[in-house]
Amino acid sequence: MSVSFTLNGVAVQHDGDPAMPLLWFVRERQHLTGSKFGCGVAMCGACTMHLEGTPIRTCVTPVSAVEGKSVTTIEGLNSPASNAVQTAWRELDVVQCGYCQSGQIMAATALLTQNSAPTDADIDTAMRGNLCRCATYHRIRAAIHTAAKTLAG
Amino acid sequence: MSITNLTAAAQMTTTRRTFIKVTTLAGAGFIVGCGESPPVTSRLPAAAAPTGPVAFNAFVKIGADNKVTAIIKHLDKGQGITTGLSTLIAEELDAAWDQMVAEFAPADTAKYANLSLGLQGTGGSSSVANSWLQYRKAAAAARAMLVQAAAAQWKVAADSIMVADGVLSAPGGHKATFGELAAAAGAIAPPAEPTLKDPSSFKLIGKHVPRLDSPAKTTGKAVYTLDKTVPGMLVAVVAHAPKFGAKVASFDATKTRTLPGVVDVVQIPTGVAVLADGYWTALKGREALTVRWDESGAEKRGSAELLAEYKALAGKPGLVALNSGDTAAALGNAKKKLAGDFEFPYLAHASMEPMNCIVALQADECEIWTGSQFQTFDQQKAAAITGLKLEQIKINTLFAGGSFGRRAVPDSDYIAEAVTIAKAIEGRAPVKLQWSREDDMRAGRYRPMHFHRLAGGIDANGDITAWMQTIIGQSLVKGTALEAFLMKDGIDSSSVEGAGTPYAIPNQRIEAQHPEVGVPVLWWRSVGHTHTAFATEVFLDELVAAAGKDPVEVRRALLKDHPRHLGVLNLAVEKAGWGTPLPKGRGRGVAVHESFGSFVAEVAEVTVKSDGTFSVDRVVCAVDCGIAVNPDVVRAQMEGGIGYGLSAALREQITLVNGAVQQSNFTDYLALRINEMPVVEVHIVPSTEAPSGVGEPGLPPLAPAVANAIRSVTGKPIRRLPLGERVAV
Repeated sequence: MSVSFTLNGVAVQHDGDPAMPLLWFVRERQHLTGSKFGCGVAMCGACTMHLEGTPIRTCVTPVSAVEGKSVTTIEGLNSPASNAVQTAWRELDVVQCGYCQSGQIMAATALLTQNSAPTDADIDTAMRGNLCRCATYHRIRAAIHTAAKTLAG
Repeated sequence: MSITNLTAAAQMTTTRRTFIKVTTLAGAGFIVGCGESPPVTSRLPAAAAPTGPVAFNAFVKIGADNKVTAIIKHLDKGQGITTGLSTLIAEELDAAWDQMVAEFAPADTAKYANLSLGLQGTGGSSSVANSWLQYRKAAAAARAMLVQAAAAQWKVAADSIMVADGVLSAPGGHKATFGELAAAAGAIAPPAEPTLKDPSSFKLIGKHVPRLDSPAKTTGKAVYTLDKTVPGMLVAVVAHAPKFGAKVASFDATKTRTLPGVVDVVQIPTGVAVLADGYWTALKGREALTVRWDESGAEKRGSAELLAEYKALAGKPGLVALNSGDTAAALGNAKKKLAGDFEFPYLAHASMEPMNCIVALQADECEIWTGSQFQTFDQQKAAAITGLKLEQIKINTLFAGGSFGRRAVPDSDYIAEAVTIAKAIEGRAPVKLQWSREDDMRAGRYRPMHFHRLAGGIDANGDITAWMQTIIGQSLVKGTALEAFLMKDGIDSSSVEGAGTPYAIPNQRIEAQHPEVGVPVLWWRSVGHTHTAFATEVFLDELVAAAGKDPVEVRRALLKDHPRHLGVLNLAVEKAGWGTPLPKGRGRGVAVHESFGSFVAEVAEVTVKSDGTFSVDRVVCAVDCGIAVNPDVVRAQMEGGIGYGLSAALREQITLVNGAVQQSNFTDYLALRINEMPVVEVHIVPSTEAPSGVGEPGLPPLAPAVANAIRSVTGKPIRRLPLGERVAV
C-alpha cells in the first residue's frame, strides 16, 4: 500500500510500512532534517510539523495518517507569521543548542497564524508541549510577542 | 553480516548518493555564518575550490572570498562558544562581524588542547577563559601578517596602515580587503609576540554581537549528528541491559532478521545491536529481539537502600576535606544548635538530542562524526578499540543538541559503543548509532545521588560559630583517567567543590565519603556545586533565621573580605527590591555562590498557596564573570542555568528499584516547560578581570534561593530535592 501526500508543496509517495512515523519518512526518505527526534512519544515537540496548518507531533503520526493531505516542515515555512517568528528569533538570539528550535518555531508560527496577538497564557497553552532543555523559554515568550508586534504592523 | 545483505544495503544507499553528495558538500561538518547565503567556498575540498582559504595559524583562516574562518576548538552545545571565540578573533583582527564564519577543529590535542584541562575538551565553563589570550594572539598575529603584506605591496611603513572592518588602508589611497591580501600575508612568518589590543579599544568584546549560529538554527539548517549522513551508512539501535552491570546471556534475532530494512544483528559488550537502513526500521528490529540477560554482576540496590546506606555512613568518621578551628568544641559551646540532613537524587542530563555517533571504519582509518566534548579521550578510546594509531582516528565535531556534561565522558561510552559496532561488522558499512530517549535516560552517567549531614552552632550574639558538614556520594572520577588529577587523599574534588563556605565562620569542618555503587555517574551542569551550594546556602539561611537575623545582612557581614561575592549580592538584592513588602503568600530568598571562577547571586520570588502548591515567579540574577566577552550570551547562559536548575529543583529525579531505573522518557522525567519559567532578570557586574565561566555558574544559586524563598513563607525547612508538586506549609 502506498501513501501519497504533499510535503512543502511537492507531491511525495511512501511505498514502505504505512505505520512508519512521518518524522522518519521525512528525515530519512525525503532528506529534510530540520525536524528533530527528541522523545518518540509526543512529549517534547522537537518533531513538530504542520498538517494543514495545525502543529502535530510527527514522531507518533504514521505516514498513513497524512494520506492526501498537506504537510509543512521548517524547510517549507514561508508565511507572514513564519517570517515574523524567524526574524524575531534572530533579533533576540533565542537559540542556544538549537535542537528544539525547529519545533518551537513551528509551534509559534501556528499560534500566530491562529491568534495574531497572543497573551502570555495563550503562549503557555500553545508552547508547553515543546521542551527546551536549554530553557530558552524566557526568550521564546519575548520573541513571540515581538513577532506579534511585527504582524500587527 | 552476510555479503548479500551488505551488498543490498550498499545498493539501497547508492540511490541516496546524489543527495548525499550535495549535502556533504553544502553541509560538510559545520558551517555557520552571518546572513542567509551559505559560505560554502571556504569549506569545499581543494579540488572544487581552487582558491582555498589561507591558514594563518591553527585558529584563523582567510579566504580570497574575504571570509574569515575561526577554528573552534570547543564543542558548541548551545553555550555559544562559536560566537565567543569568533568574537575574540574578529576583535584582534579588526574584522567585520559579517565576514566571520566558524568551523569546528579536528581532534588534535597538540594544537587544540583546552589550556585549563590539558586535553582537547570542553568543560568546567572554561572555554572562553582558557582561550582568552590564545585566540586573541592568533588573530593579532594574523593581523600583523596582513599589515606586513600590505606594507610590502604598497611600499609604505607598517605603522602607517590602518585596519578596520576587514579593510586595510594607508595614506596615498591604498586600500585592500583581507581576502585580497590573504595569499601574500599567509606566506609571511608570524610575529613571535603579537601585540594585543588594550581593552579600552575593544570594538566587539563586551558589545552586542549577534550569535553566529542563529540563522542556521532558526531555519533547520544546522547539522547535528542526528542529521549527518555518510554514504552507505547503516543505523544501529542497541538493546541495552535493564540493569547496570548486566550482560547478554543469549539472544534470538530470528524474527528481527526477517524484517524489511534490517541488515544485521551483532552482539557487543553493551548489548545487542540491530543495524538497518534507518532508525525506524532498526527500532522495529530491536522490538522483535529476544534477549536474556545475565544479571549476576548487576547493581541491584534501589534508591531507598542507597539512601539508608548513605545515612549510616554519615554517622561514621569520613575523610577530611576542610578543617579550620575546632568545630566539635564550637558546637559544644554553642548557645543554639541546628542539625539537618539533605538529600539529592540522581539526575539525568536529558539533553534534547539523544546520544548518537557516526563511525566509518576502514583498515587504516576510523572517521567519527559526533558532538565530541572530550576529543582527546574519544580519540584515544577509538584507537584502543580499533587498534589504529591516534592519528588514524579522525573526529569531526558537530553541533550538539545539548550536553550539560553528558558528552564529556572519560570512557567515551556512546562513542565507544558506536566504534565497537563498526568493528563488529568489520567496517563493512559506516554506522550511525542512535539512542532512543529511553536508552539515553537509562544509560546512567547521572549526577550522583548525595546525602549531606549538617550541624551548625550560634553563639549568644547570634553569630554563626560552627559549621560541620558530611558529604556522602559517589566519586565522579574514581577509576577514570582523571582520578590522578581530581582525587586527592581519597577525596574527589569535583564532588566536594563548593562546600566550605566563603563565609567568615571561625570553625568549619567538611568530611566526605565516596561509596562504591554500580550506577555510572558523571558531571552534570555545575557538578559538585549542584548539591554543595544548596546545602550551604539553605542551611546558612536556617541558621540565620534561628538567630533572628536578615539573610542579606548576615551574608554581607560574613563576606566582607570577599568583594566579588559582595558585589553580586549587593547588585542582585538591589535590583530585586529586597526588603520591600510582598503580598501574603509571597516570599523572597537569596543565594550567592562562586563556581568556575565566576560569582553569581540570585534572588527568587515565589508564591506559596495554602495547599502547599507554589510557583517561582521571578528570579533576579547578578553575575561577575570578569570581562563579559558577549554580554547577551552571558545573559542567555544565566537564563538557561536558572531554567535548567529550576527544572531539576522542581521535579527531576532518577530513582532505582532493585537496580532498575524507573524513569524512561519525558513522560516520567518531568522537565521544566514554558508555563513554569519565571521572569528572569540578569545584571552583569562591570569588570576588568579576565573572563571566567558562564555555562554553569548561573545554576548553583537557583535551587537554594527558591528553597529559601519558600521557607521564608512557610517557616518549614526544605532539605530535599526535588521539591515536588507541594511543599510543607
